[in-house]
Amino acid sequence: MLKITDLVHSYGPHRVLGGVSLSVAEGELVSVVGPSGCGKSTLLRSVAGLIRPSGGRITLGGQPVERTPDDLAIVFQDYSRSLFPWMSAANNVALPLRRKGLDRKQRREAAMAALDQVGLADAGNKYPWEMSGGMQQRVSIARALAYRPSLLLMDEPFGSVDAQTREDLEDLVLNVCAHHGMTILLITHDIDESVYVGDRVVVLTKSPTVVAADLVIDLGRIRDQIATRQLDAFVRLRAEVGRLVRGGGTGHTTESTSVLEKK
Amino acid sequence: MKVIAALGRLWLVPVVLVAWEVVTRAAEQPFFPPPSAVLARMHEMWFSGPPSRLLLTDGALADLGPSMARLFSGWLLTAVIGVAAGIAIGCSPRLSDYVNPLIQFGRAVPPPLLVPFFLALLKLGTPAQLATIVFGVIWPILLNTIDGARTVDRQHLETARIFGLSAAQRLWRVILPSALPKIFAGLRLALSLALILMVIAEIFAGTDGIGYRLLYTQRSYLYPDMWGCIVLLGVLGYLLNSAFLLVERRVLAWHRGARQTT
Repeated sequence: MLKITDLVHSYGPHRVLGGVSLSVAEGELVSVVGPSGCGKSTLLRSVAGLIRPSGGRITLGGQPVERTPDDLAIVFQDYSRSLFPWMSAANNVALPLRRKGLDRKQRREAAMAALDQVGLADAGNKYPWEMSGGMQQRVSIARALAYRPSLLLMDEPFGSVDAQTREDLEDLVLNVCAHHGMTILLITHDIDESVYVGDRVVVLTKSPTVVAADLVIDLGRIRDQIATRQLDAFVRLRAEVGRLVRGGGTGHTTESTSVLEKK
Repeated sequence: MKVIAALGRLWLVPVVLVAWEVVTRAAEQPFFPPPSAVLARMHEMWFSGPPSRLLLTDGALADLGPSMARLFSGWLLTAVIGVAAGIAIGCSPRLSDYVNPLIQFGRAVPPPLLVPFFLALLKLGTPAQLATIVFGVIWPILLNTIDGARTVDRQHLETARIFGLSAAQRLWRVILPSALPKIFAGLRLALSLALILMVIAEIFAGTDGIGYRLLYTQRSYLYPDMWGCIVLLGVLGYLLNSAFLLVERRVLAWHRGARQTT
């Protein structure tokens, strides 16, 4: 689905990405975690075609990414600057659907259906600034859902909401991902979150960034905020990712290959 | 409390009016007629018509009609030109670099100076008057629109790009609404400027309208009438500004809401 090969990017003399390679398979949710300032956003912006990387290759569905790909959606961390405050929630969701060849009524219906899926069935006529941060981020997610992208990018999507909302939104993403078979690349700085939502966790090093580890999170698709986090496997994986983010090696986890596969 | 506070601010108005009345009556200067005489003349000239015409007399229609037509057509014409050009310039850094010195020069030229030129170039009357208004009021609209279009939130533009909005959608649904608060600030400034320039254009290049009436009454030593014109223009400016604010508050309701919550 998505294949990134030896991605290199520099801002002036400062090399941010030092050859990042990773791939995301169809229907997979891959979380990318790394220390702050490691170029996570640069990586994501390259995939979105918002910046032209200095070197390397990105292909989406076999096609090289040169401009913004057609069927790509994004959820930014800063929902207030991503939703348009002059439009109602439903219009925000419906706006990108015109290019899908839907007429006004169909767009409205698709938007309402998407809002329903994120639990905002009654909020279609509200404006973003009439909603809480969590609700606004749900609208962002609904917009991405209605768009039916082949790849959904999420840039620290839960970074600006409170802890309870964050858990709700994590489960929401897991749900819709399973329900729609959506392929998601999620960027986060939160180690716990990366393990909880990911099918795989890709750990990045400090810049110039390369992939430190690519771990399969073998916790099954059904996750529960309390029960999953209590699993020994979860605790082990979280510690493992934590060590990697801090720049340590893989340590003693090699014996637990049943839950953790080092690629 | 609000009512008392409002009354507290308003008490000065009648006090000033009464003081003016007393002083002008005592002074008996022909140049300074008492407000009561001015109001009486205003009533006679403009507001003693039939109720079916909102009390407006033929004189009011003859003076105000052409003036208002000039004011609004000039202002609207400028709004269209200014916003269109401003969006184009604001969206293109290169174009902006090219035209910026020209704009800075153009806005530095006091618009009344161009009246003789417009009179030489265009016909006396509406064309020269409209040219004066357009040239005078375009700057705040143009500069504000450029600024508004240039400062659209980068993430809004990136969102538009990633979700594949067409160029027209980007313009109408993202850039224009985003620039609208600044455009409205420019339009409001332009409206008060348009009133001033309308009067100037009528004084220098007119044969009718409230500005022409002002000049005529002054030349005929009709001082209460002249003061009536001045007061009418003041009230007109106040009403136009209030009406504009009312519209702005409706159109930009989202902007106020968004600003209050973030």
